Amino acid sequence: MFRHGSRFLTRATTTMKWRRPFSTDLPAESVADSNFIEAWRKVVPNVEPPKTPSAFMAARPATPSSIPSKLTVNFVLPYSSELSGKEVDMVIIPATTGQMGVLPGHVATIAELKPGVLSVHEGNDVTKYFVSGGFAFVHANSFADIIAVEAVPLDRIDANLVQKGLAEFTQKLGTASTDVEKAEAQIGVDVHSALNAALTG
Amino acid sequence: MAMAALRREGRRFATPLISPNPTNALRSSLIPSQEPVSSGVRCISTQVVRNRMKSVKNIQKITKAMKMVAASKLRAIQTKTENSRGLWQPFTALLGDTPSVDVKKNVIVTISSDKGLCGGINSTSVKISRAIHKLNSGPEKENKYVVLGEKAKAQLLRDSKKDIELIMTELQKNPLNYTQVSVIADDILKNVEFDALRIVYNKFQSVVAFLPTMSTVLSPEVVEREAEAGGKLGELDSYEVEGAETKAEVLQNLAEFQFSCVMFNAVLENACSEQGARMSAMDSSSRNAGDMLDRLTLTYNRTRQASITTELIEIISGASALEG
Repeated sequence: MFRHGSRFLTRATTTMKWRRPFSTDLPAESVADSNFIEAWRKVVPNVEPPKTPSAFMAARPATPSSIPSKLTVNFVLPYSSELSGKEVDMVIIPATTGQMGVLPGHVATIAELKPGVLSVHEGNDVTKYFVSGGFAFVHANSFADIIAVEAVPLDRIDANLVQKGLAEFTQKLGTASTDVEKAEAQIGVDVHSALNAALTG
Repeated sequence: MAMAALRREGRRFATPLISPNPTNALRSSLIPSQEPVSSGVRCISTQVVRNRMKSVKNIQKITKAMKMVAASKLRAIQTKTENSRGLWQPFTALLGDTPSVDVKKNVIVTISSDKGLCGGINSTSVKISRAIHKLNSGPEKENKYVVLGEKAKAQLLRDSKKDIELIMTELQKNPLNYTQVSVIADDILKNVEFDALRIVYNKFQSVVAFLPTMSTVLSPEVVEREAEAGGKLGELDSYEVEGAETKAEVLQNLAEFQFSCVMFNAVLENACSEQGARMSAMDSSSRNAGDMLDRLTLTYNRTRQASITTELIEIISGASALEG
């Protein structure tokens, strides 16, 4: 019986270590949630507490100690999830400060997007989307979330219409009188010139 | 004769003592057999039952049609809802889920439907909203409602009229899209001051199951405060911010974008739950109408048959009396 004792002992310690490397890695969510539920039960005991969004979401893994080889990307639009939990090598994000390449192990970042090309590199395959704007979050655990209001694969854009739109908005910008009109025309020009640059470049 | 008169007098005196309902006792003494109508009494009019059957049949037709309509609408909106579920998840991953955050100005955004006949989803969201109001009330605290949809408006106007800041209805006149919802979100952001927005809606789980849900969106100032205080949003400080000049500006944009995204999903989920609830409600009411129709048909046939039998007996007995 005791012959196996050491084996059990080592196994117990290794499994524990596997489950949570440090005591500080305890999930923080459950604590606050139970606060809410307790407070709720005290004030309104006869109504079930409502669910909160975290109940419907798979928890994100903790930051691994070594940098993983792949980046996990979620790319969502209001009407679809283009990529969900896809493992890729690199994404290039059109941030307002310039193009931003994101590799696994990138420093945690919040970036605003401008109209431009988002490219997803997976081995030798490169998928390019034109996004209209939104936000991108890069987390320390090599997860990247990209939220855009509108995105289309680059090969579905008609170059002629882009040229036409660009000319139209440039003309509008010239004739605009009020600030609002000017701003609207400026946005149109920006989007179309970004589209133009994406198609030609 | 005298005996009979005495008995009658005696009964008149005794009845108030014997039975609590003297008129009934009297009637029972006058009409010896008073049984349910169906047993061989001709007097019930089959016309009444027939009219009743017709109206129940019409109701059943209407509820069946409504069920069909709800089913087809549900299918369209369900795919939309499921596709929009990815939209809020990045925000929750970044900013966390903070239902228990303690702030001064709470704004409860109650999402409901414009039309009724959809089970209990509207009263559920109103009940939850009231409970959140109660939960967050206290000295130096402000709770306001923003109401979306006719039904919650009707219920909340009754008792918390002074707390309602904004009412919007007729959300679903056109099919829901992101632009429309972000205009609504923009309206709310412009007109209402808040530290935390609590969005109450019914999350669609299946055609018969809806989960009342509360999403919390914090104002940029509160996000910054909480991030500095540590706790759940403590990790936010480790993020590098790229974009506008200051962090506050980016957080402002982020909070507004988060609100529009969460609202979009919430409105879709609630619309989907509404159609599902309507479908199951209409299903059960057409089943009820069917049951009722069965019962009425049975009564009708029995009455009809009884009257035929009575007539036959009358004819036969008349004939036999003539013969005899």
